[in-house]
Amino acid sequence: MYTLRDVTKRYTRGKTTVHALDGVDLTIEDGGRLVIQGPTGGGKSTLLQMLGGLDRPTSGSVELDGVDLAKLSEARLTTVRAQNIGFVFQSFNLIPTLTAQENVETALVPLGGKAAERRRRAAEALDSVGLGERLGHLPGEMSGGQQQRVAIARALVKQPKVLLADEPTGNLDESMRDEVMEVLETMWKEHGLTFIMVTHDSAIARRAPRLATIRKGRVTITENAAA
Amino acid sequence: MFFTYLRRELRRRRKAALVVASGLALGIALVIIVSSVSSGMSKAQDKVLESLYGLGTDMTVTKAAAAPGSGSGRPKFEFDAKGNDDDSNQSSDRVLVQGFQTLASSTVDTIGKQDGVADAVGGLSLNVMKVDGQFKRGEFRQEGGPAQGGPSGPGGEGGSTQPQGEVRGGGASFDVNSYTVYGTDVTEQALGPLTSSKITKGRTFKASETDAEVAVVDSAYAKEKKLAVGKTVTIHGTEFTIVGVSTADSGDAAANLYIPLKQAQTLADSKNKVTTVYVKASDSQQIDHVKSTIQKNVSGTTVTTSADLADTVSGSLSTASDLASGVGKWLSIAVLTAAFLVAGLLTSSAVSRRVREFGTLKALGWKSGRVTRQVVGEALVNGLLGGVLGIAVGLAGAYVVTAVSPTLTAQLGSSGVGMGGGRFMGGPGGPSASRTLDVALTAPVSLSTILIAVALAVAGGLIAGAFGGWRASRLRPADALRRVE
Ligand SMILES: Nc1ncnc2c1ncn2[C@@H]1O[C@H](COP(=O)(O)OP(=O)(O)OP(=O)(O)O)[C@@H](O)[C@H]1O
Ligand SMILES: [Mg+2]
Repeated sequence: MYTLRDVTKRYTRGKTTVHALDGVDLTIEDGGRLVIQGPTGGGKSTLLQMLGGLDRPTSGSVELDGVDLAKLSEARLTTVRAQNIGFVFQSFNLIPTLTAQENVETALVPLGGKAAERRRRAAEALDSVGLGERLGHLPGEMSGGQQQRVAIARALVKQPKVLLADEPTGNLDESMRDEVMEVLETMWKEHGLTFIMVTHDSAIARRAPRLATIRKGRVTITENAAA
Repeated sequence: MFFTYLRRELRRRRKAALVVASGLALGIALVIIVSSVSSGMSKAQDKVLESLYGLGTDMTVTKAAAAPGSGSGRPKFEFDAKGNDDDSNQSSDRVLVQGFQTLASSTVDTIGKQDGVADAVGGLSLNVMKVDGQFKRGEFRQEGGPAQGGPSGPGGEGGSTQPQGEVRGGGASFDVNSYTVYGTDVTEQALGPLTSSKITKGRTFKASETDAEVAVVDSAYAKEKKLAVGKTVTIHGTEFTIVGVSTADSGDAAANLYIPLKQAQTLADSKNKVTTVYVKASDSQQIDHVKSTIQKNVSGTTVTTSADLADTVSGSLSTASDLASGVGKWLSIAVLTAAFLVAGLLTSSAVSRRVREFGTLKALGWKSGRVTRQVVGEALVNGLLGGVLGIAVGLAGAYVVTAVSPTLTAQLGSSGVGMGGGRFMGGPGGPSASRTLDVALTAPVSLSTILIAVALAVAGGLIAGAFGGWRASRLRPADALRRVE
């Protein structure tokens, strides 16, 4: 469970200061699903960075299961990321020189364990996103949708508590968008994850049961009982 | 994962790896070529010096140069200019001590007892001038015409072209034969000039032949004079039996004839005298110290080390050697530094191009150290690749130099005070004669050069890795979300 209290993030560039997040209070239940939307520059990615322990807030606290990520050392934060948090990025962020299977394995590397076991789990994860036949393919040899599915397999192979996705369909055309959304939704249901996704897609936002809208660093929550 | 990732990067980003590697390769190849050529140069110089000294000699001791004008023993040939009709041959030979300066034989023992001296051997260098010829009285001639002075041989003063009506000719036909004789200590043959020659026919001296009338002849001289083992050669009335023929390693022999020291002393009327003492130091690192010890304790001597002698080497060998040790050294340092720097910057910029990749790995929970290690590992392999490439190119370069083996000339001893003097082909003019040697340049690559090259490759890889690793360690996991590559 996430508890955010009065989280602010300021970026200072020379004389100008940007309030990327401005007093955000937010609670996200375990197994919950939150869709984040808002205009560009609103602070969506910044919020995701706070949730994922990629960066620290300027002030406020970001608690994940009672642990304040804002106060953790870099090493502890790295461990939290390695064990509990899965990321899916807009531009897939696969390592171009590694095969699909090896890319998925990279998520298991910080957890230790045997190489053979790593390979087996990576193959399984790829199988679960429908890429069981593509283990040895390089990212460049796959479509955008397939690449994003590899990235989803990489995010989920370690069975994290939280899945964070920053515009996962942003770089995909319509048919691939559905393919990826379907996989994400299935995974969320199957794994009992806390799933937080940034999207520009209003259709997806409309269907979301809980929607956070960020404008100028301020969050408004909309509950949608119908969805 | 470390090796998988490393292998994949190197295979799939081969070009980037090759750029870094070939930069380092260039530097390393240059170091190999320059150092092998310089060692070839010093080998060539050693060869030149060896031809003067013999093997294993660290320094020579000669009598300190006396003030000019002490002028003993200038050669005098006494011929009688006889009547015109008398054309009988006259012959005379003079045995001269080269350089006209000798040391007492006891000096050899004194030197041998000095601190740091392993061995000292004395030798006597002689110059024999043999003149055969006949005189004819000059003729008076009215008009300019061919001088009727008889066939002018070498050394014969032919008639000079002067206004008509002079005495022409004064003809003399001489055959001047100058050759060198070295009196060697047959009981101690480990040192001295004969060590730089190999006995190619017959044998060398026996230790018992201290005063025997035997000689070893240099092969070049033997060929010229048609001498061979078993034949005899007469020096100043003494007949020596030739027991061996020697061939100088450098192609330039120290003397034409070698005879036992005592015989040489008798011939030159220099009993218990030597011209040169050949000294071997017990520690080759202590040569300068031994030199000063001898100079201090044995007065009136000049000590010449190979280093001193090397300073007197001139000609294309010394020019090339200066070039190799000067320009070559600086060039390779410059190229190497540049290569290191370029490798570092390329590696660093390669990391910059992969900001999102490394940011993603950090976001996935890779520790900063693991990412840095990956970058350093790649750089190190690039460095080793450069090393292998550089060693290959360097060996090829050194091989080409050796195959072409350009000829260098060395001029020796133009300022050869002391030791040089005793040994050069110099005539009675004194010790400042010089001689020219041709040496073929080789570029031998030693194991240590290869080891240095490997060390440089590793160093280059580490420097490149330090640049890249430093850059990688500063990346934040949030860089995974950066939109632009
Ligand atoms: N590293 C940074 N340094 C300086 N300013 C930053 C940095 N990251 C974000 N910002 C600023 O913070 C604000 C919020 O950025 P953020 O990336 O969170 O927006 P966003 O809602 O994700 O926008 P988009 O929809 O374009 O992705 C922007 O004004 C942005 O310029
Ligand atoms: Mg964003």
